[in-house]
Amino acid sequence: MEAIEIVKLLGEGAGQVMALKGVSMTLAGGQLTLLMGPSGSGKTTLLLVLGCILSPNSGAVRIGGHTTTGVQPEELAKVRRQHIGFIFQSYHLFPTLRAEENVRLPLDVRGERTLAALAKAQRALTAVGLPHKFRSFPRDLSGGEQQRVAIARAIVGNPSVILADEPTAALDRENGLAIMGVLADIAKDPAHAVFVVAHDPQIERFADRILRIEDGRLVGDEQGSKRLN
Amino acid sequence: MLPAIPLTLTLASRNLFHDRIRFVATMIGIVFSIVLVTVQLGLYLSCSRMITAMIDRARADLWIVPLNAKSFEDTAVLEGEERFRAFAIPGVADVISLVSGFTTWRKPDGGTTVVIVVGIDPDHTALRPWNFVEGSLDDLATPDGVIVDRSYFNRLGITGVGQRAEITGLRVRVVAVTNLVRSFTTSPFIFTTLERARHFVRAGSNNSTYFLIQVSPAANIDEVRARLASYLTDAEVITPEEFRNRSLETWLYGTGAGAGLIGGAILGIIVGTVIVAQILYSSTKDHLSEFATLRAIGSSASYIHRVILWQAFLSAVIGFSIAAMIGLIITRVTATTAVPVIMTPLLTLGLFILAVVMCALSAVSAIVKVTRIDPAAVFNR
Repeated sequence: MEAIEIVKLLGEGAGQVMALKGVSMTLAGGQLTLLMGPSGSGKTTLLLVLGCILSPNSGAVRIGGHTTTGVQPEELAKVRRQHIGFIFQSYHLFPTLRAEENVRLPLDVRGERTLAALAKAQRALTAVGLPHKFRSFPRDLSGGEQQRVAIARAIVGNPSVILADEPTAALDRENGLAIMGVLADIAKDPAHAVFVVAHDPQIERFADRILRIEDGRLVGDEQGSKRLN
Repeated sequence: MLPAIPLTLTLASRNLFHDRIRFVATMIGIVFSIVLVTVQLGLYLSCSRMITAMIDRARADLWIVPLNAKSFEDTAVLEGEERFRAFAIPGVADVISLVSGFTTWRKPDGGTTVVIVVGIDPDHTALRPWNFVEGSLDDLATPDGVIVDRSYFNRLGITGVGQRAEITGLRVRVVAVTNLVRSFTTSPFIFTTLERARHFVRAGSNNSTYFLIQVSPAANIDEVRARLASYLTDAEVITPEEFRNRSLETWLYGTGAGAGLIGGAILGIIVGTVIVAQILYSSTKDHLSEFATLRAIGSSASYIHRVILWQAFLSAVIGFSIAAMIGLIITRVTATTAVPVIMTPLLTLGLFILAVVMCALSAVSAIVKVTRIDPAAVFNR
């Protein structure tokens, strides 16, 4: 995935702000990239642009041979379901679906509705350490387990990019670190580029690369402590 | 590879059953609406059948009726020469007289009521009473014999076969009884022979109200009709279908009864649609963050629409099933009443389609709501 000179304006009229001011970056497979920055610095806006949820006002995002500039919402959705896995701060699991069904959703959305899809969902849940929670509903899972199910949902479709929006923010320290461990394991696979937006310095040790953003501009691009170690 | 159940269906069913109070409210809306429509249309069907029963039962290819006759009960008198003219037309196999007219029935214990006398030829199969529960057509051979319907016993002041009364001052005896052979006018049908009927309505010996024309199998009905019509001045030749339509037009639409029934059915559909639309909309609003999540992970708008439409379809199927059972009970309970509610397989199928269409229409506002959903809404929440 590549972002080139991304400019993004938010709001209208007098309230309009330039949230991203010419951001360029590349995400490589087999790396966990951490995006750090203070509140209001443009972290989530960048995640949304990279995730093909917002279109940039200028610049381009390239992913899997597609350029997303000027693309209609339905085409953007198609890019998302083919190339991107999302992990949200508040998990956003479907309370009425079992863990396996939650994980299977991205496959169902793609039209994969064979029993092979069930097997993929089971493998994804096993990969995040929840093989025994296949039939559990979210209400029966702890916060950490729910985030693991959300990670399984993000990886089940084998996307080239996994975008995580503050995945540890709703968890205690122990569970947060465990979740980062899972994400770091996923990032060992060269087929996946993992991009995590966070503000907790304690998780820097899981990063291969750390980007720092301030006032809509990337102000730092350094190797993570994982790589240094 | 075997298919798994689509998650759109799973999600729709779980959303539907998850909130039980809302589910019950949805069902009440649909069931109320479909039962109301069932009753209204069932009554409409029942009235239609009652109005056209004589025409439907008669074995005739054409009817000679008094000029501008509006319905079977619109009883002017034909002189009788029409019968002889009809016989002269090539292709006419038979011409059967039928006498019908309003007159007065004097009850055995006093008091009178208006009845419709129907005079038939008992030796001919062109039109015969049906649904006999006591006696038979042959009993009309009994002097003064008449056939009445059981559902009119109270109205006629009698209790069964063998009882005597008077029509137009002439003595009659009940010789046979039918079940639910009823008139839409509320005046009971009294079947008797042609001769007796002519006496009762004070018609001449050749007079008839209608002539039923049976056309030879080899003849062309339209040609026979055209020739016959050219010979008649005070009568017209119409097909059973035309006579049926005239009767329905007169009684159902001319009186407003049909409009009332159809209006009630439309009201039921509107009320049901509004109730289900409200509930589907509020259910969709409650699940907006889930739909935004779906959108964020790349679902198409049509995928989300399918969830809502499945929910609407499931509501329709369950609601219709309950309504159909209630409808069945209503048809059973009203089966022996003056105006039974009728349910036919075609009406049942129509009601099912109506329930599905109603719920699909109800889903429109919810679909509009989710179409505008912003997937960015799931971030930072």
